[in-house]
Amino acid sequence: MPLLEIKNLHVEVEDKKILNGLNLTVEKGQVAAIMGPNGSGKSTLSYVLAGKDNYTVTEGEILLDGESILEMAPDERAAKGVFLAFQYPVEVPGVATMTFLRTALNAQRKLRGEPEYSTPDFLKLVREKSGELGVSQEHLRRAVNVGFSGGEKKRNEILQMAILQPRLAVLDETDSGLDIDALKIVSDGVNRLRSPERSMIVITHYQRLLDYIVPDVVHVMAKGRVVRTGGKELALELEANGYAQYTDEAA
Amino acid sequence: MAEVAAIKTAAEQALTAAYEGARGRLPGTGTVAALRADAFKRFDAQGLPHRRVEEWKYTDLRKLMANAYPLAAAPDAAAKARAKSVATAFDTLDCRRLVFVDGVFVAELSDLSPEPGLTIGTMADALAKGDALVAGHVGKTFATEDVAVALNTALMGDGAVIKVAAGIELKRPIHLVFVAGDATPNACFIRSLIVVEDGAKAAIAESHEGGSAQVNCALELAIGDGAEVDYFKVTRTGGLHIASLLLTAGAKSRFDTFALTYDAALVRNQSFIRFAGEGAKGGMRGVNLQRGKEHVDNTLLIEHAAGHCDSREQFKAVLDDQSHSVFQGKIVVKPHAQTTDSKMMTRALLLSDEAEADNKPELEIFADDVVCGHGATAGALDPGLKFYLMSRGIDAQQAEALLIQAFIGETVEEVTHEGFRDALMTAAVQWLEGRAR
Repeated sequence: MPLLEIKNLHVEVEDKKILNGLNLTVEKGQVAAIMGPNGSGKSTLSYVLAGKDNYTVTEGEILLDGESILEMAPDERAAKGVFLAFQYPVEVPGVATMTFLRTALNAQRKLRGEPEYSTPDFLKLVREKSGELGVSQEHLRRAVNVGFSGGEKKRNEILQMAILQPRLAVLDETDSGLDIDALKIVSDGVNRLRSPERSMIVITHYQRLLDYIVPDVVHVMAKGRVVRTGGKELALELEANGYAQYTDEAA
Repeated sequence: MAEVAAIKTAAEQALTAAYEGARGRLPGTGTVAALRADAFKRFDAQGLPHRRVEEWKYTDLRKLMANAYPLAAAPDAAAKARAKSVATAFDTLDCRRLVFVDGVFVAELSDLSPEPGLTIGTMADALAKGDALVAGHVGKTFATEDVAVALNTALMGDGAVIKVAAGIELKRPIHLVFVAGDATPNACFIRSLIVVEDGAKAAIAESHEGGSAQVNCALELAIGDGAEVDYFKVTRTGGLHIASLLLTAGAKSRFDTFALTYDAALVRNQSFIRFAGEGAKGGMRGVNLQRGKEHVDNTLLIEHAAGHCDSREQFKAVLDDQSHSVFQGKIVVKPHAQTTDSKMMTRALLLSDEAEADNKPELEIFADDVVCGHGATAGALDPGLKFYLMSRGIDAQQAEALLIQAFIGETVEEVTHEGFRDALMTAAVQWLEGRAR
């Protein structure tokens, strides 16, 4: 059984149709890249997977391990292993990053019926993962993302992912706003998390990210659906020829 | 010739009757009795403050106070026993407790162990004996025409009289605990005086807990040159509660006040603050946590009467259901109070469509070299933040609680006294947990 199966998904946001019969299958352990022009619905797909309000599914199904997640609240989806690395991570003033990480991890574990992490075990886990990503203790003490640079915010997303250990990670334009050094650090962080048990959807405009996070499969989205699927060489072809043929074709 | 007189409300008539009936036995004669008579005259002429009185616009006492309860009797054994079991937010701290039941000092529930430089007495005694400290300060710390203060002066019964001698640092905070003992609703008029002399240091807390009494309390706090004072007030009561803080700060003194109000039906905290000496620093902060139809009003009048003083004001309200918060902050900078630095901020978090927040900051600046600013916001919880927390596995209620905690934490964290900071946050978190249940 595939980890994720999306069948004929139609989604509206404020009465505007964004996804229009999208089909997508992601196998266990697979890294799937989704590429496509602006406005093709890539970010909408990521929000719908995470369960954001105001995204109305009018038709179709999203199955995780064969089970529909459409009726689940975002926290329940997270406990099932869905993780969204935000394109624009929000600042949460007043909530220390450490408190946030710990609250999130233990909330998920509680929902899954697993024991909560003890303080020493949790600190050890955070030290290890933050060390790998070069996130300083100072950042962990500060309020979530407040005063962080774009790169630091993205790194913080990957740190959360490393600690929460999701089964389906959706990376929404994780490369945007990153310089080449930050891109390498973030990509290394993502690559360390690759495992036969974990699937990833990597959403990006540019082929560049896929030099670092090499996908197993590339899907092209246009006008709210997947219009082409291929191997990693498809990304190179898009880089060379652009998206014009897909937008015209779908129109 | 017929005189035109305003029609008195039932509450106004009852207050007049209470004063007429009690004036003969209220503590103090001579100048004290004259002070009372003078204050009563002011109330008699103006009546209860109402919405056309600018300072009381959002807390229309004439309308909100349907009746006035009879003055509380001295607490009996049963009332004292009830009072003994009352819990406060500061019970975990090592404080000197001074307990007042129905507005009357109860020595057997209080800690009167001696401490060098500390003098403790009661207002009823001091007024009766014509105590010099009280005679020198009462009604003089901050002269105001406010009618609630006038009513307090007319009917003041008991309260604390505390002096911290020059240069003395109190070993333990003083905790004034005001509890309701009588099961039937009554009215108390509490007047306290705290004098912290030059270079002295003190932490003072005040808890008002439970009951359905009508409480009008006033505290005159005189802070000497170079003295340092932390003052905390927690109010949790089902009755009508009007508190006036009349404060004057000497040169190079430092003071911080914090008012936490929760599970409180109808509260008006009004502070009259004067920076009287140069180079003083003062912080005034507060948090209200409200639900149901609770009404909480924090009103400040800050007078920068001397130069080179800094003041910081930050008030936050969390409002659920049909609750109503009021913040009015007026900063007056006198002509000679140069290089005054004053920043005022008020923020309301509306958790319900039916909650109401009225924020009114005002600046009145007569000096030309000052830095003064104010800001006010009111809004709901950010759905984007909530979604972000939930997408990490935190459920809706916990996500909201975390965001509300962060909202009020910003203000509570400004409290420098670690013990009180923790106790205030714990009380706030308990309220949030109660909300989630």
